[in-house]
Amino acid sequence: MSARAEGTGRQRRTLSLEGAVPAGRRWLGGAADGGSGRGAGVATSGLVLRIVALAVVTVFFQSGVVSEISLFGVRVDLSPLVVAFVGFICGSTIGAITGFGVGLLVDFTLVQTLGLTSLIFTFIGYWSGRLRELRDPQATLMPLLLGALAAFTSLAGYALIEFLLGVDAPVSTELVREIILGTVVDTIVAAPVWALVRRVLQGSVTEDPRRRRRRAYTTGGLSPLRRS
Amino acid sequence: MYKKTVRRRRAVLAALVALSLILLTAYFGEAPNGGLHAVQRGFLTVLEPIESGTSTVLSPVRSLFSSIGNAFSSGARKARLERELDKTRARLIAYEGEARAYRELAALDRVDTKLSIGRYKPVSANVIGYSPTIWYETVTIDQGTLAGVRDNDPVIDSEGLVGKVALAVPDGAQVMLISDHEMAVSARLDGNGARGLLKPKVGTPDDLLLEYLPSETSVSPGEYVVTAGTVAGQGESLFPPNVPIGEVTSGAGSGPYSAVNVRPLVNLHNLTTVQVLTSVNGSPPARLTRLISSLSLGQPSSSAGSMAPSSELAAAAASTGGEG
Repeated sequence: MSARAEGTGRQRRTLSLEGAVPAGRRWLGGAADGGSGRGAGVATSGLVLRIVALAVVTVFFQSGVVSEISLFGVRVDLSPLVVAFVGFICGSTIGAITGFGVGLLVDFTLVQTLGLTSLIFTFIGYWSGRLRELRDPQATLMPLLLGALAAFTSLAGYALIEFLLGVDAPVSTELVREIILGTVVDTIVAAPVWALVRRVLQGSVTEDPRRRRRRAYTTGGLSPLRRS
Repeated sequence: MYKKTVRRRRAVLAALVALSLILLTAYFGEAPNGGLHAVQRGFLTVLEPIESGTSTVLSPVRSLFSSIGNAFSSGARKARLERELDKTRARLIAYEGEARAYRELAALDRVDTKLSIGRYKPVSANVIGYSPTIWYETVTIDQGTLAGVRDNDPVIDSEGLVGKVALAVPDGAQVMLISDHEMAVSARLDGNGARGLLKPKVGTPDDLLLEYLPSETSVSPGEYVVTAGTVAGQGESLFPPNVPIGEVTSGAGSGPYSAVNVRPLVNLHNLTTVQVLTSVNGSPPARLTRLISSLSLGQPSSSAGSMAPSSELAAAAASTGGEG
């Protein structure tokens, strides 16, 4: 087989595995299956650009506009939601990297302790991706639940690390109230944020092969019973 | 292939967590003028004009969202403000007579000069960003070193003390609010003059704590707390004396020292315009503090010029009327 023919064959195999991945350089091909063969994110250059743009816009919008919005006495925080949704759509590796990047940007922008937000958001992005890879939840309310989990992890993580760093703060009911209300408020805004993130990343992410299979079964397209 | 992917995924996670921890440890351990702080300062310098522009462009959106947010709390806030107005009106009538007498005394003793903030060269600034977490009570303003704003300059608004400048860059600055866990202000009760250290209750931004008051101090709710004229801690920053901070809500704790809860007069959640007092470091109280700190280190003040330290101390003390 000639080199040209081999190259063509490899390209065909790649396309058949990746489904709807658009043309572009692959950055993290291993994340395609998320370690379990069921993941969602091949990091093409297009996807990377979209995630970077999403992260920068989120942080600026957060610091310039959203940070002044106060519901029930607490401020809305979009950053953990965006990180969680990117992880959920793109997989654990991309989620972790996005979390680290967004966290670092937040720490720089708000002149906070460097590394603190990065650490928390890395975990949020990673475990959101793992949730998709391991469980692949399909429920309609999943974005709200994931948003609540991300917000709670962010708020509780801040509290925990600040305590570990030696901030002299009593565990007051006010702190508990702040964490609970912050989670509730972030859950309320999770639905539009989910829609936005999904729309931004749409077309750049590999479709999950298992989802394709499941859809095919439910529509009767690839049912082995029917085929037999 | 599967194992390779798992290994890669775990390696990425481990690397990112390790990097975060390294950054966290290095940043937490280094001095404020260390390398990471310098990088952060440079980043803010670059970012500030963009952030300011974004804030200006998106101000209509912000106003819309703020209106929605305020709608949720407007009922309770209105009731609270009405109650406060009733109390304040009664208090105002009682105090008007005293105020007249006070003004006469002030004119005689030139106290009005000391209370005036005009000599501190206030710079007006707009608030363009808030920290979203309760752990970092900071706001970003649109005036920086180009307008004369420097690190540790006091920040006030029309109602009282807001905080101090934590980090100033050419086009903006980060302001640490009095509710931030790193803040501590030397304050005194306006009524009996008892001094203490005002610190925030972290996690309860509407509540400050005035600690280390003499145990025999009698305090009544509603009494005002003002700056004593010095900061508690190192550094050159000095809050001007008699800047209102808050009012006593209740007593807290007991022991060799007493403490009281204080509610800030300034609405720290709704700051729009603030004033940075840019020349406080050059004021007589500031000179006095610098002189005292240099004497405690056993070194004569280099800025004293031809004046001997003791004579400068006396001069500074005389000019401040014993403040600090």
